[in-house]
Formats: sequence, C-alpha cells, structure tokens
Amino acid sequence: MALTEDRPSASAEIDIEERLHEAWAEPAGIAGFLTSVDHKRIGMRYIYTAFVFFFIGGIEALIMRTQLAGPNNHVLGPEQYDQLFTMHGITMIFLFNTPVLAGFGNYLLPLQLGTRDMAFPRLNAFSYWIFLLSGVFMYSSFLVGHAPDGGWFSYVPLTSRHFSPGVNLDFWGLGVMFVGISTTVGAVNFIVSAFKMRCPGMTVNRMPIFVWSMLAMAFMVIFAVPSVTLASALLESDRLFGTAFYSAAHGGSALLYQHLFWFWGHPEVYILFVPAMGMVSTIIPVFARRPLAGYLWVATSLIAIAFISFGVWVHHMFATGLPAMAMAFFAGVGLLIAVPSGVQFMSWIATMWRGRVRWTTPMLFCMGFAFIFLLGGITGVMVSVLPFDWQVHDSYFVVAHFHYVLNGAVVFPIFGALYYWLPKMTGRMLSERLGRLSFWTMAIGFNVSFFPMHILGFLGMPRRVYTYSSGLGWDGLNLLASIGGFLFGLGTALTLLNVVVSRFKGEPAGPNPWEADTLEWATTSPPPHYNFDRIPVVTSRHPLWDQPELAYAESGEEEATRAYGLTGALERQTPISTGLDAAPEQTMEIPRDTYLPLLVALGTAVIFLGLLAKAIAVGAVGVALAALALVRWAWRTEEDLR
Amino acid sequence: MTAATSSAAVTTGAEPGVPGAPPGAGVRLQPAQRSALGHPTAWWGMVILILTEATLFGGLLSSYFFIRAINHTWPLGGIRAPDLHRISIFTGVLLGSSIPIFWAEAAIKRGNLRRLRVGLAVSWLMGAAFFVNQVLEYRSLGFGPRTNAYGSLFYAITGLHGAHVVIGLLISLVVQLKAGLGRLSAERHLTAQVFGLYWHFVDGVWVFVFASLYLSTHLH
Repeated sequence: MALTEDRPSASAEIDIEERLHEAWAEPAGIAGFLTSVDHKRIGMRYIYTAFVFFFIGGIEALIMRTQLAGPNNHVLGPEQYDQLFTMHGITMIFLFNTPVLAGFGNYLLPLQLGTRDMAFPRLNAFSYWIFLLSGVFMYSSFLVGHAPDGGWFSYVPLTSRHFSPGVNLDFWGLGVMFVGISTTVGAVNFIVSAFKMRCPGMTVNRMPIFVWSMLAMAFMVIFAVPSVTLASALLESDRLFGTAFYSAAHGGSALLYQHLFWFWGHPEVYILFVPAMGMVSTIIPVFARRPLAGYLWVATSLIAIAFISFGVWVHHMFATGLPAMAMAFFAGVGLLIAVPSGVQFMSWIATMWRGRVRWTTPMLFCMGFAFIFLLGGITGVMVSVLPFDWQVHDSYFVVAHFHYVLNGAVVFPIFGALYYWLPKMTGRMLSERLGRLSFWTMAIGFNVSFFPMHILGFLGMPRRVYTYSSGLGWDGLNLLASIGGFLFGLGTALTLLNVVVSRFKGEPAGPNPWEADTLEWATTSPPPHYNFDRIPVVTSRHPLWDQPELAYAESGEEEATRAYGLTGALERQTPISTGLDAAPEQTMEIPRDTYLPLLVALGTAVIFLGLLAKAIAVGAVGVALAALALVRWAWRTEEDLR
Repeated sequence: MTAATSSAAVTTGAEPGVPGAPPGAGVRLQPAQRSALGHPTAWWGMVILILTEATLFGGLLSSYFFIRAINHTWPLGGIRAPDLHRISIFTGVLLGSSIPIFWAEAAIKRGNLRRLRVGLAVSWLMGAAFFVNQVLEYRSLGFGPRTNAYGSLFYAITGLHGAHVVIGLLISLVVQLKAGLGRLSAERHLTAQVFGLYWHFVDGVWVFVFASLYLSTHLH
C-alpha cells in the first residue's frame, strides 16, 4: 500500500482522514480506558490521578493544621496524627509530585520531540497502572485502620517489628517498592524516547529544555530508586521474615537504613525539582518573548544537578554522629549544588530582563516559584552548614525549609504548567481571572502558612508533635500557619474550579494560544491520536519562532524513512532516529490497545498483597499472572520493528 | 481574555498536522549512514534496566561492606567462611554460559536458527547447573538468613542473584520457544539479542558477588 502522492489532493482528503481514524482508533468506553497505550491519554490520566492524591494529601494537611491551630487541641489523638503526617508525606512525594511530573512528561515528550508516541507505549500504560494500584494499595491501609505511622522516612529501629508490630509499616515498605517499579520503568521510557524518537533536525543541542530536564530526572531515578527499594526491601525482610539487616543485636545497623534511604532521598528532591525547573525554563521564555538566555548553561546545570545530587545525602544525617571529615565533605557538596541552581536563576532573570514580559497566569506561577525557591534555596544552604543544622535539626525550621522547596518550588511550577499546557490537552483555555485569583490566594496562603514555621523552629518547636502546651510562645504563629494553610488550600481549590468550568465554558484554545516555540504547539489542541500526520523537520531550537513555514517530512521508499510522512501515520508507525543527530534509522510499529499492561500490573499487585498477608499461595498466583502476561507481551517484540 | 490569549495566530500560517492541511514544505529524508546506525530501542531499554539493576546490586554489596566494616569479626558469630573450591568451579560454569550465547547471537544474525537453539540450550544447562549448585550449597552452609546480619546479607545477595538466574532461564525458554516456532530470523531476532544482553549482565554481576562474598573472606 505504497502511497505515491504524499501530499493529498483535495478529493482524497476525506478518504485519508477516514483511514487515519481507522488506523488509530481505540475501542470505545471502558475497554478503551483499560487498554489504551496512547501517551496523551496516559499522561492526562497520570495528571488527574496525581491531583486526586494531591487533594487527599492536602485535606490531611488541613486536618493536621486544625489540630495544631491552638495548644492542647484534641481534634486528633497522637496515633491518628502520626498516621496523617506519614500519609501526607508519602502522598505528596510518591503519589503526587513524582507522578504528576511523569504525567506532564508522558504527555509532552513525544509532542515536543515531534513524534507519535513514546519508545515503549505498552510500558507507559504499565507504569500508570502500577502507580494507580500502588496508591490504592497504600491508601487501603486506612480501610483496615492501620495506616503507616513511622514518618514518611520510617526510620528503624522505630519501624522494626519489635517497636511497630502492626501491619501499618508493611503498607509503607511494600508500597514504596511497588510504586518504585512505576517510577523506574517510566524513567527507562523517558531516556530511550529522548534519545531515539527525535524528529529530523532535532540534534541533541536543539532538544527542548523540558526534555533535558526529564532526561536528567530519569537518570537520577535510574541510579537513586534502587536504593530506596533496597532500604524498604531489607526493612520488610526484617519485619516479615526475621532477618537482621538493621538489628544491632545481631551485627546489623540502623544507620545502614538511613544511608540507603537518603542515597535515594536526597536525589529524590531533585527528581522532583529538576522537571519543575524545566517547566519554568520553558514557560518564562514564551512569556518574555525571547529565547531562554544561556540554553547550554541551563541544560548543563540540569545535568550537573543530577550528578551532584548523589553527593549530598549525608546532610540529612548530620545529627547521627558520623565522622567530622565525612560530614565536612557532604556539607561542602551541599553548598556546591547551589551553583547550578543559581545559574538557572540568573538565566531566568536575564531572559526576562531582555524580553517583554506578558504577565499571564503561568508566568505569575513561575514568579511565585522564583520567590519561594529563593527562600527555600537560601534555607537549604543554611541547613547544609553543620553548626546551623545542629541548631535547627528536627525543628519546624526544617519543616519550613522542605515545604518551601517541595511544596513551593515544585507545586507552583506544576500549577503554572497546568495553566500553560492544559489548553493543549483539552482544547480550552482556563480563565485568566480565576487563575490570577487562585495564584494570589495560593502565594499569600503559602507564605503565611510556612514562613512562620521558620520562626517556630528557632523558638524550639520540634517536628512531628501532635500538640503543644501553651505559654511557649508558639500559639500565635501556629494559628497564623493554620490560617495560611487554609488560604493555600482555597487557592488550589480555585484552580480545580477553573479546570472544571473551563471544560464547559473555556474559550477554544486553537493550536498555539501562547505563540510558543516548541512543537507541541504545531498540532491541534487537543492533538489527534497520531500527533502529527507528517513528522516535522526542524532547523532550530525554536521551530515555531524561527521557521515561519514549518517543514514536514515525506515518506521515503526506504524502510528507515517510510514512517516519516503520511504513510507512517496511515499504518500506525513512528520513526526511530539516531541518538545524537536524529537521522532516520528505523520504523516502529506502535502497538495496538492491549490488556497486557493492566494484567501485568494486577499480577504485581497480587504479589504485594500476598506479601502483606504473608500468604505464599496468593503471591504465587500473582507471579503466575504477571509472568504469563509478560510472555505474551514479549511474543510480539519482533513485530514492533519492521 | 488577555492580550496573550486573544491573538491565536500561529506563526506557521495554516494548521499543520491536521489531515489535508497544506504542509510548509515536504522534505525528503536520507536514511542515516550505515556507520551511524545504532541499536534498536528495546536494546537501549535493556541497557538502562541493567544500569538500575546494577545499582541495586551495588547498593547491596555496599551494605555488605558497611556491615562488615562496623563489626570486628567477619563472618559474624564464628560462622566459617563459605567454601571457595566448589563455587570457583561453578563460577567458571556460569561465566562460561555466556560463550554459547555469543555464538548463538552470531548465528541468528546469519539466520541460523538451529545454532541459536543449540547455543541457548547449552547455556541454559550451564546456568541451571549453577543454580542447582547454589541451592545445594545453601543446604550445607550451616547458617541461615536469620542467624545474624552476615547471614541475612549472604542470603539476600546470593538470593537476588539466584532470582536473576531463574528469570534468565525462564526468558531463555521463551526465546527457545520462539526460535522453535520459527518466529526468529536473520532480520527479526530482537528477543534473542535483548536476552543475550541480560544474561551477560547476570554473569558479569556474579564476578562482583563472588569477589565480595567468597574471595574477600578468604583473604588474610
């Protein structure tokens, strides 16, 4: 079925549209929902699911702030408070921040690279199902009344079987391993897609900055996540099977747990933060109406952060009595990481300085981010200085610091990204008025809530206390923090309202409402299943700014070039290109809708349920289900490539 | 609506990417030079997966040396270091099982299905022999994973590696089956290629496990 005429005549248009529709059709209704491998559907699903967890985690935070609003409150008992602050942390780190960024990455990467899907579409669906099921797994702990209660980092020996005999911590330990699978396979997908799926002309030094950030993030995941998997696997082994990894009485060490946990835990901060910076570096130039200042410096900084982030984990352990020399080294590296962060800050300032800024909602969120990140970054440098850290360790100062970086400096860019990219995903604009209102409510609420916590820390208020006595000078600041918390919550709810209203009343977005430069804006909003009927050919870092007539590829006769033009779209194919200069290399068949990812994920879930219940038979059923589905999965590998 | 959103004009003029819309210009592409051709995506996927798996082993071996460093005697609690002789022989068997895989990979590139199947089978038997020895060794060790932290680490590390061997043996059977049904050919043999990569990793990482758990405890 060789298409000799790549450019259709007017009479052939309708026919082509029908054939495209046929090639990319997915089953309707629930079957389509369960079997889709379209990166856009998966990406949006990731984002929506993550936001559900965001609001659940937010409600948990507000309940805690209600408890802490005044001294000697009894809204919550100590056990309930422990469960809530643990689940709040787990939710925000594992079930909101990480997956929502993966969602944006999934949606945007193929579009920004000018291709039709990710490198492993079925793996993509699989990683979503694992994320969803692991979230459900962890939250099912509330149903049995035993939510994890050891803090989100669950230090031993508190969390050993001896001191925490309930099933609570098993939900944590197994859940962390479970969700780690999703993050890891997602990272594999991002790395291979970024290197092998770029459109012609998109050499490595023309890759959009957001892709750079996803790439840096994915590499961090590859080297960091095994460590937390190990930390929790050894903990679960101690708890379920009675091994002695963390038992000092049997030659083990509780400190080992902290090393393993923070070897992941600190890079994790940057795993969340680096894609957020990528979003900001994407949004600011669009609204400053000029290219990002120092693109190469920013890209290099992202990679530098990825490297340096592996040399700072011990600064979470400054109070554990490590040798002074070791701590001095880690304190030094902790200071060093401020340099690549500062480089990006300077780049944003320079970009705006030389540009003509339009103050839209996404831009406002980027500015809110910059302000909050500055404060969070400065307190970060402060706590990496040993004597200072010892003063504020385990106090509310630390709570303030990590909410400035993890909430402020990650959530604000995510909201900015939502305002910026949701019109592409839904085809409808969000309301600017409601957006601004939401931003200012969030920005004021955030600072009113978290800034006083710095002072509370100086006044000696420790972390993780469910209540406090009056007369310690903490009452007023705590009340202020609680008021700010509710204000912040209200601000996020306004955006939720905005999203819902826009689905019905939003102005149509058109292909490129922001007059942006990257390729996702070169197709319709929302894009068709195949993204581009012909793969774009770029000659610049900013194709939509520099190429008034964006060029498109035509299908060639050779195997390597046939997928570039309409032929590829009609046959559900996408091109694979060489890693560095993106020259045509191969043709990939995009798999059809399939239940296999869901089946493997369900099998995995059954394995974890078996472990939780210590029921070997259940676990064996899970292994069998997952293994059979995987064999079926691998059966058609040869058909993926032509 | 603000000024930013009201002007929805696209710099590219028409709506590209929409079926039937006139594209900017059709570009005919040349395939990459033969010398520039890289590996298929599935191969890269396996490479990245191996990186993360290697990190997992690295973390476990680091834990082993961490626990070893904080204890005065090693192995702990008067346990005798595991015997070096038998495992040395089976280390040779496991590392040797990569050779028939190399041979089989070269064969399928020329379309020789029979050699692929023979290579896979020989390698499978060698891997299985290694695994059986491991299980037998467990029964003769005289300590268990619950004995102390040394026992826990010994079983965790060899157990994780053993699990990788078993998974490798199962994948080998799948490749064998695909080859038997004629699904693999000179042009299409990605499963065999990717399995080969995985098996070489399972063999390679054993060198580090062997050096840490067996060799180093015999150094005085």
